[in-house]
Amino acid sequence: MIFFDNVSKIYNHHSAALKNVTLRFQPKEFVSLVGSSGAGKTTLLKLLIREEEPSEGTVFLDGTEVSSVLSKDLHRLRRRIGTVFQDYKLLPTKSAAENVAFAMEAAGKLDEEIAEDVPQVLELVGLADKMDNFPHQLSAGEKQRVAIARALVNRPDVILADEPTANLDPINTREIIKLLHKINGLGTTVILATHDKEVVNAIEKRVVALERGEVVSDEEHGKYLA
Amino acid sequence: MRAGWLGLRRNAWLSTATIAIMALVLFVMGGLVFLGALSNTVLRSLESKIDISVYFTSDAPEQDILAVKHDVEVRPDVKEVSYVSRDAALASFRERHKENVLIVGALDELGDNPLQASINIKAADSSQYGAISDFLAEKKYPIVSKINYFENQEVINRLSSIVGTVRGAGALLTIFLAFVAVLVAFNTIRMAIYTVREEINIMRLVGASSWFIRGPFLITGLLYGGAAGALVTLAFFPLTWMIAPKLMILVPDFNLFRYFITNGLQFFLIMLAAGIALGVISSLIAVRRYLEV
Repeated sequence: MIFFDNVSKIYNHHSAALKNVTLRFQPKEFVSLVGSSGAGKTTLLKLLIREEEPSEGTVFLDGTEVSSVLSKDLHRLRRRIGTVFQDYKLLPTKSAAENVAFAMEAAGKLDEEIAEDVPQVLELVGLADKMDNFPHQLSAGEKQRVAIARALVNRPDVILADEPTANLDPINTREIIKLLHKINGLGTTVILATHDKEVVNAIEKRVVALERGEVVSDEEHGKYLA
Repeated sequence: MRAGWLGLRRNAWLSTATIAIMALVLFVMGGLVFLGALSNTVLRSLESKIDISVYFTSDAPEQDILAVKHDVEVRPDVKEVSYVSRDAALASFRERHKENVLIVGALDELGDNPLQASINIKAADSSQYGAISDFLAEKKYPIVSKINYFENQEVINRLSSIVGTVRGAGALLTIFLAFVAVLVAFNTIRMAIYTVREEINIMRLVGASSWFIRGPFLITGLLYGGAAGALVTLAFFPLTWMIAPKLMILVPDFNLFRYFITNGLQFFLIMLAAGIALGVISSLIAVRRYLEV
């Protein structure tokens, strides 16, 4: 479903964020991308949502070449991919429910659909009782849940999580990963970029290790070997 | 749509300042329009007042005067000639100044009629006065003491050229001001965009379409312009009403207020359209340059 075909991203002579990366991701997979900072994890994710373009190679989403999508249709591509970030990226002036609803509004969904889906997805992430709280009234873990809810609400094919637990304590980290697991169980592909060893080793799913822009290992039940 | 209105409200002070500047621009434009109408009226009324007055010596016999009158009358470029005899001149002079004790007193003292007979010539077209006065000059009638024309024409020529210059300057000023207004609105919108750039980033991440992001800013620009247009039109109501009488002292033919009312709807629509155009153009430019959307 997602295919990185010999992709490279080169910034200049000395720094190549990615080098000859070829990876395939199947639907409903749960994949952890591991590597230290600068290994290329974030770059890989950026290429998928076309926040950056590859210097070489092609990125495919369901057979469509991501680079060939027209600017004016780019937003449609992005709706199929839910994103979760280390810094949550929530709108501070909107409540949790409003933040999640916003994703649907941006996608042009009707008010009735929004009214129905938002509470449901907030319940899924365990925040049904904090719907009307504003980000500054939520803990770090709760904020990340809202971000996940927002990523989910448009029923994307895949969720990209870029270091989602980097700002969380161990307990919250565990909770978030459990949540992502649950979501994956419901049928969404999850690609998790992280440098947290514990997390990865606990999951025991596919692990793709990147180092200096290259894939150094790709194991089905991998462990994060530091 | 809602977002556009919110955008305006959120930066209340900034919005007020922007609308104020745009309103000022439209105000000046409106003022210039009035100025144009005023000048036209002044010119026209002056032109209609042009005439040639020929004064005759006190001892000129009436039939000689009438002969001159006839000579002029038969000319095709003359519309009408009226004759004011010495007595008639005196009578109307007395009438005009009957309140003025000094003048009445002086006249009585004199006893004799100090005024001269005259004929008043109106041409069919104001451009023909030159020819008529040349005619009179060449004829060199002995009984003609003075031809009162040349000064008027110069005044009118002067006035015409002044009006022309003023209108030219006015047009330039308008263009300059429109430019300023667009810049101001543009800058305001740009700042608004900057303020919410985090939100915009998130919007793009989440997959909002370009129009979803652009829309609110365009609406804000539109509202700015519309508000400015409406404001100016409303302001002109009391203003023209107040200024009209003062203006009428100078130029009796021109009632500013009536002019405003009769052209009122047209005025409002033009102001509104101009305001909105300014607003939307500024928004489009701001959004395109700054958003890369």
